[in-house]
Amino acid sequence: MSGVSLSAEVETAVKLFDCRDAYSQTLEAMAAEDARVCAVVNDSVSSTKLKGFQGKFPERFVNVGIAEQNMVGVGAGLANGGMVPYVCGASCFLTARSMEQVKVDLGYSKWNVKLCGMSSGMAYGELGPTHHSIEDIAWTRVIPNITVIVPADPVETAAAMRYSLEHVGPMFLRISRMPVPKVHGDDYVFALGKAPVLHEGDDVTIMANGVMVSRALNAAKLLEAQGVRARVLNMSSIKPIDKDAILDAARTTRGIVTAEEGLMAGGLGGAVAEILALHHPAPMRMLGLPDVFAPTGSAEFLLKHFGLTAEGIVTAALDLVGAK
Amino acid sequence: MAWEGRAKGCDAHLLWGRLILGDDERMEIAQSESGAVGRVEALKRKANQIRLSAMTMTNHSSLGHTGGDLSSADILTTLYLGGVLRVDPEKPKWEQRDRFIMSKGHCSGAFYSTLAARGYFPREMLKTFMDPLSMLNGHPDRNKLPGVEANTGPLGHGFPIAVGCALAARMRGEGWRAFVLTGDGELQEGSNWEAAMSAQHYGLDNLVVIVDRNRIQQGDFTENTIRMDPLAAKFAAFGFAVEEIDGHDHAALLDRLLRVPFEAGKPSCLIANTIKGKGVSFAENKPAWHHGVPTKEQLVMAAEELGLKGVDDIEVSL
Repeated sequence: MSGVSLSAEVETAVKLFDCRDAYSQTLEAMAAEDARVCAVVNDSVSSTKLKGFQGKFPERFVNVGIAEQNMVGVGAGLANGGMVPYVCGASCFLTARSMEQVKVDLGYSKWNVKLCGMSSGMAYGELGPTHHSIEDIAWTRVIPNITVIVPADPVETAAAMRYSLEHVGPMFLRISRMPVPKVHGDDYVFALGKAPVLHEGDDVTIMANGVMVSRALNAAKLLEAQGVRARVLNMSSIKPIDKDAILDAARTTRGIVTAEEGLMAGGLGGAVAEILALHHPAPMRMLGLPDVFAPTGSAEFLLKHFGLTAEGIVTAALDLVGAK
Repeated sequence: MAWEGRAKGCDAHLLWGRLILGDDERMEIAQSESGAVGRVEALKRKANQIRLSAMTMTNHSSLGHTGGDLSSADILTTLYLGGVLRVDPEKPKWEQRDRFIMSKGHCSGAFYSTLAARGYFPREMLKTFMDPLSMLNGHPDRNKLPGVEANTGPLGHGFPIAVGCALAARMRGEGWRAFVLTGDGELQEGSNWEAAMSAQHYGLDNLVVIVDRNRIQQGDFTENTIRMDPLAAKFAAFGFAVEEIDGHDHAALLDRLLRVPFEAGKPSCLIANTIKGKGVSFAENKPAWHHGVPTKEQLVMAAEELGLKGVDDIEVSL
């Protein structure tokens, strides 16, 4: 830590954040203000960063143990009893292990339960596909009544958490542990179903969410150097999705690149393609995982492996606009 | 309301009668009957009316779960009409109400008939059971029907929800209770035992699990499928205060359910030993009647066996 060169590196590096901190701090703040707010976890107190919550609000903290079906059902019962439960766990288990409870107890029943899926996508890279959660967006998005949000940075994570308490109905928030820079100013206001424009452009549109948003912004800078003006939209609101922004991009730019840390089928790529196919077919490139499980490797390695980098986005965008 | 039109549109030839007590009688039997014996007799009669109502609904829809409707009728009657549940049909969303979760949601015929008898909605609505766009789905939908606390049908959902309800009451510092009725075959779903562990861990003595132990599941007897015995010992091992009774004995049901929790600091489990198809000889203890559909002739036979034919409040007309 005392080496001069190391300090210099740290000073010049972009500051990165673990969005779980913003989520857990916001949850604690909301619990302090609203007695309905409670948390349910499946043993994973530390990986959900809820030790602080547990210490401050022990009577509103439920650890059901390693039991995800029960965890989601308990959430529904807490909502029945007038509480607003935040049901938190590693996204791979939270969604897959309790899928029928998510469908019946939350989606169909419309209980006001917030699912917070931690360490989603390929954040647990080295642990392998059992712990990757590349399917969670597709699974939750197809269930009626469930709102799906994929925040891009700590600012949006906090804003989406705040919004979730106002929103009445089941919701899935996909919260990564992969370090990301801030892409929003501190005055950012989350609006459900609206895709913020983070970079203006009318040659091509890049639609990204989660950890891919900062990479999309980097891609826009690289494209700008090549004379291609890219519009960057943060598609954090997967459901409802900003249909107007998608159609506007289809009409006013030469094509759309989607970039996501998960399966394209059923994910952001699929959602955008559904809108385009029905309302305004337009050239499109999808970046994400094809119909495969990811190999093992660090999260960064896996993103590169699937071309989920600024350079990968640039290549897809140039392909769309017909550049060499 | 939409249901009125639907009810009128029902086939007139169906066997509908005044199977449920009339409007003027829609109050808790606990309040209306003087003396324990009178109360038990009234509950028995009410339960048999609910049995015939459920069978008539199943005949109407050609779908349903007769066996479980009949095995659970006495439990449901005791809960809703015997003064056990602190609920108010006029205010189904009253925050302080006891929560009853019908985890065996497939027995909706008996459940809906009981809710109508308690006054949650007009009994005429029962005639729309499973009709297109009816509020009476094959399995209960809380967003459609007052008095339904949870959407159930897939098994093993109600117990965890009831645990959540009991935790909510505790977090809010309120005195209402959570009751859940499960089937016995249903307990093969692992989610129930996840819920049981959490109920014990949190010492939820405001939670009452009632098991309709009719010993038959869809395909066969439970003990031929996946052995459930010793069920009381299982619940006891999971930290519940367990009592086991004849689930058709209203006096015993009342006695136990009016004095929960069985033990302070522990969740309660009442194993109600029942007979699937109870009260109707051709359906009793026969796996085929899990979802058997009675014919009109069988309805008449059932009415006779249930002691309802010729009774003033039943009009059997084919």
